[in-house]
Amino acid sequence: MKNKLIDLVGITKSFDDVTVLDDLNLYIRENEFLTLLGPSGCGKTTTLRIIGGFEQPDSGKVLFGGADITALPPNRRQLNTVFQRYALFPHMTIEENIAFGLKIRKKSQTYIRDKIRYALKLVNLEGYETRLPSALSGGQQQRVAIARAIVNEPKVLLLDEPLGALDLKLRQDMQYELMRLKNELGITFVYVTHDQEEALTMSDTIVVMNQGYIQQIGTPEDIYNEPQNAFVADFIGDSNILDGIMIEDRLVEILGTKFACVDTGFGKMRPVDVVLRPEDLELVPPEKGIVKGRVTNLIFKGVHYEMEVMVNGTALIVHGTRMAAVGDEVGIFVDPFNIQIMNKPESEDEEAVSVEE
Amino acid sequence: MKNKRKWLAAPYGVWAAGFIIIPLLMIVYYAFTSQESGQFTLSNFSSVFTATTMKALGLALVLAVLSTLICLVLAYPLAMILAGAQVTSSAFIVLIFVLPMWMNFLLRTFAWQTLLENNGVINSILQMLGLPALHLINTPAAIVFGMVYNFLPFMILPIYNVLIKIDRDVIEAARDLGAGAWMTFRRITLPLSVSGIISGVTMVFVPSLTTFVISDLLGGGKILLIGNLIEQEFKQLNDWNVGSAMSMILMVFIVISMMVSSKYDRDGEGALF
Repeated sequence: MKNKLIDLVGITKSFDDVTVLDDLNLYIRENEFLTLLGPSGCGKTTTLRIIGGFEQPDSGKVLFGGADITALPPNRRQLNTVFQRYALFPHMTIEENIAFGLKIRKKSQTYIRDKIRYALKLVNLEGYETRLPSALSGGQQQRVAIARAIVNEPKVLLLDEPLGALDLKLRQDMQYELMRLKNELGITFVYVTHDQEEALTMSDTIVVMNQGYIQQIGTPEDIYNEPQNAFVADFIGDSNILDGIMIEDRLVEILGTKFACVDTGFGKMRPVDVVLRPEDLELVPPEKGIVKGRVTNLIFKGVHYEMEVMVNGTALIVHGTRMAAVGDEVGIFVDPFNIQIMNKPESEDEEAVSVEE
Repeated sequence: MKNKRKWLAAPYGVWAAGFIIIPLLMIVYYAFTSQESGQFTLSNFSSVFTATTMKALGLALVLAVLSTLICLVLAYPLAMILAGAQVTSSAFIVLIFVLPMWMNFLLRTFAWQTLLENNGVINSILQMLGLPALHLINTPAAIVFGMVYNFLPFMILPIYNVLIKIDRDVIEAARDLGAGAWMTFRRITLPLSVSGIISGVTMVFVPSLTTFVISDLLGGGKILLIGNLIEQEFKQLNDWNVGSAMSMILMVFIVISMMVSSKYDRDGEGALF
């Protein structure tokens, strides 16, 4: 991908003695869809607000195309924000809302009219020009908010959980719409969400955050398949996180049994965290499995069954399309490639230590 | 259920009929009948349109507009600061501004008399500083002082109530779209607070227009507003008919300002109570 557009250097920010961001370093490349993902209070929204200019970092710098914009107010930055609760101007029509930024920059009447038409077409809201925001549904208001931001042709669009208030179906439609917009407009998206599915669907790059620290930066595939610590593994998708001992390269002991794996370099007899994704566990006849267990719970989820299997006193979640009845004895097989080994955090603090990539 | 509940309004209905509707009808009756014969007449109104009454009405309008404007200029920035402040401190500041309202209106106005007198508190301080004394009491300025002091909270509260309801995101969105601080105020904050301004203007303008106590106490009986003339007709000249006619003329102005107010404040957003 292309060069760095935004560079956050050593950003620290506290509110009332609570440190929200601690020495955060992050860069965003041109034309990238970057998602800040994490639970509430992880600092993702604060990071976005610092990029947007709504908060000043206590220390650190925000670089935009190489220039320091840390002290620049929001109205002088080349980026626009789509707010969580739409934030449309209630006393203006849809048309006036969209024209707001253009009028401030003193664009000509014809330019503004063309832009409004183009933007409303882009978000499928033609014919709504003269309505007031209160006459629109949540999804429509959100699309107006997006239109209002993109008519200004920002270099970067900041989105703060823009789909959080919408229902599931609408949210999925909007996800596709956002991806389409990003490809059509060729602008950089910085997207904040706590919804891991949303992040995996849309992003080029995901930044997983917790307690003001970056936990992992990577492509959706990297983050899902190769979580670097237990937090990431737990936050992204369902997972079984087990205590294990790395006996030697390519051999790990979990559930009282030795499993072949592909990881190396952890040393010998080292305690580790092991991630097993529920969909990577295969239920096989008892004699064919690496370990045996007994099904203790069963839920039908539509696409698959979710089963709880007790193995040597540890409950594992298993997803499969074939059902095993509660009480059945089953064998569990897992491909060595699907066993993900992670270093154990050495202390509470280290769990939240930023990961250098 | 709904019909049963309606009966709960009965006590107030009696009150309203007895003390609001009947008196209003009586005013209308007196205004259109002659004092001597009790016959229908318009002569009460013709005696309203005299130079004295028109002057009093004109002065009352000028002073009411003036005190309303001063209240607005004082109240708006304050309401903005309050709305932007932390919740705990803003509640305290609001309390400070509302506090005088809990004290008797007459007492407060008497206090201003003492302050503004020729050898009152303000002039004593000026003297101590070696500055020339000001003639304040019994001037229109003193009356405006009294009006602003008494009615300022009625301007602050509705504006404050509207301002705290403006979503902060909306302000930030305006900044985000390139608007500077002044532009954001002019295009977003001000238009969104119009209902509060109208509400506050009405609540200051109407009592300012009709007051006779403030003009009595701080005008020394020399400056007559329309309220004072009405009081005179009823109490000193004992001419209820002309007094009623004057009241009806005054009511026209009140109804107009109320109509303007309700037109801009359909949702009751700026309402004080």
